[in-house]
Amino acid sequence: MRAAYLDKAESNVDGSDVAGSMGKQKALGVGSIADGPLDPMAHRNSVLYKLAHLFGQLPIRAIAVGAISVTIGLFLWHWATLYKFNYFVNFEHVPAPLLVGDAFSRHFFDPAFHTHVLVSLRRIFFAYSIAVVLGIVIGLIVGRSRTARSAILPYIEIIRPIPAVAWIPLAILMWPTEEASIIYITLLGALFPIILNTVHGVEQTPEVLVRAAQSLGANRAQVFWHVVLPAAMPSIAAGLAIGMGISWFSLLAGEIISGQFGIGYFTWHAYSMINYTDIVVGMLVIGALGSLSTYLVRLITRPMLRWNRKLR
Amino acid sequence: MNLGGVVSMEKKAGRRLGEKQSTSKGQISIDNVSISFGSGLTKKLAITETTLNITPGEFVCILGPSGCGKSTLLNAVAGYVSPSSGKILVDGKPVKGPSPERGMVFQQYSLFPWKTVHDNIAFGPRIAGYSSTECKSIANTLLSMIGLSNSAKCLPGELSGGMQQRVGIARALANYPSVLLMDEPFGALDAQTRLMMQESLLNIWSEFGTTVLFITHDVDEAIFLADRVLVMSASPGSIISDFRVGLERPRNPEISTSEEFIELKKQCLSQIRSESLKAFEGSGGH
Repeated sequence: MRAAYLDKAESNVDGSDVAGSMGKQKALGVGSIADGPLDPMAHRNSVLYKLAHLFGQLPIRAIAVGAISVTIGLFLWHWATLYKFNYFVNFEHVPAPLLVGDAFSRHFFDPAFHTHVLVSLRRIFFAYSIAVVLGIVIGLIVGRSRTARSAILPYIEIIRPIPAVAWIPLAILMWPTEEASIIYITLLGALFPIILNTVHGVEQTPEVLVRAAQSLGANRAQVFWHVVLPAAMPSIAAGLAIGMGISWFSLLAGEIISGQFGIGYFTWHAYSMINYTDIVVGMLVIGALGSLSTYLVRLITRPMLRWNRKLR
Repeated sequence: MNLGGVVSMEKKAGRRLGEKQSTSKGQISIDNVSISFGSGLTKKLAITETTLNITPGEFVCILGPSGCGKSTLLNAVAGYVSPSSGKILVDGKPVKGPSPERGMVFQQYSLFPWKTVHDNIAFGPRIAGYSSTECKSIANTLLSMIGLSNSAKCLPGELSGGMQQRVGIARALANYPSVLLMDEPFGALDAQTRLMMQESLLNIWSEFGTTVLFITHDVDEAIFLADRVLVMSASPGSIISDFRVGLERPRNPEISTSEEFIELKKQCLSQIRSESLKAFEGSGGH
């Protein structure tokens, strides 16, 4: 279905646009003799073509299936709350989707809610940025140096499995401000997947490429920059995306206990106030922000991986 | 960098491209070299007491069965492996590590997959500190020499195996090395492409005039390309015979049917065969 659509879109644009661009060339008097034969791909630069191509590239089928699936889920949720479904799992006190939607639309225009979201986003931004820099640097060093590996790996192995929530008391004791302790907890969550993926990527660097660079005169730093880093990039990018997801995970733990603002605090506060509808609003907003920011990370790293996709 | 010393890469290129290298650069002397890996009980002798002299501009093929240590010897000249005993000198200087003076061409997949063909070739000059205009002109000269000017902006993954190897050769030559080390560069190519690559390598070599040390297990390839064919024995590796190939240059593929060629081939084959048998039996025949 998708292929058929795509064909149609391309042929439509092909027909109209090649004529258009040829006309333009003639009108401008651009000699196509000197430039060789007319570039058959020239029409691909037109805005119309790009739009149609973009639309044609949308995974229409996947989107449709996803939309149907979500609709069914919402309906089941609605149905379970409407009939107070109670068989092992109890839906009696679960707020109905329409109520949640209503509450969300109210919060959507509420400046206080904006503050919660913005404060959380700011924490994610700082914590994640630090984690990216630290994680990649530590990962590269551990990946290339045996001594560094022996020295740093024990820390990673011991600290990595500790859940973010377990850090809360110590974080409060150790850091001067609440904000710092929340950022610390968030940072920790993102750090390990980034380190481990970077190490993995560095280990994947083909030795022959390192040798090639050396025989072309590259010194250690140049080998690192021109070979090891790009070779590790696909793995690093995966780590960055995973790290973003986990940093939201950890942020919530920090905000629930020690924050005054933030979407995690909002959710926890709703629980204290027995406002079940707002709990679900908070949860869904967290989910949406988490997946949006992960998508953003993928989008930013994609240009660096162009070569990797072309190989396949 | 020595930017002051080098007038301009282009001039240098022009001078070197015009005539065969008149300077006596590219002399390799391997003096009583042994190379072993591991230690204690697991110590394995890869190369034993090998002595070899290669004169500037010479095209030398090392021919031997797989696993005889011919690549190890090449890697020692390249500087990736250091000999356990003996000395390797290139132009009188001991080899201490990889250097752009000794260009290396690998068997396969050694181009930087994230750099375009142009940037792969320009890598050496760029590292050496040449300006981007100079890098570009060097890369373009080499691209047109290997006939891939139209693929300058391609990524290596978009090229065929033969094209990738041509880029690999151009990349090594971009530094104008005095020695070109080639480790079975055409081993993974199909027979047709292989023949074309051999011819094109000879053309490039005739313009550059660098010393070439070329590893292969293909007798025809060795005789077709080389001034000298060195046959290596099975493990531990050492050079057991040294054939001089007197075939006239420029050579074309028809030469492989000439009497002289066939006679040389017979001699090489009989040497190789006895060595392959030894290696085959020595390794338990797998």
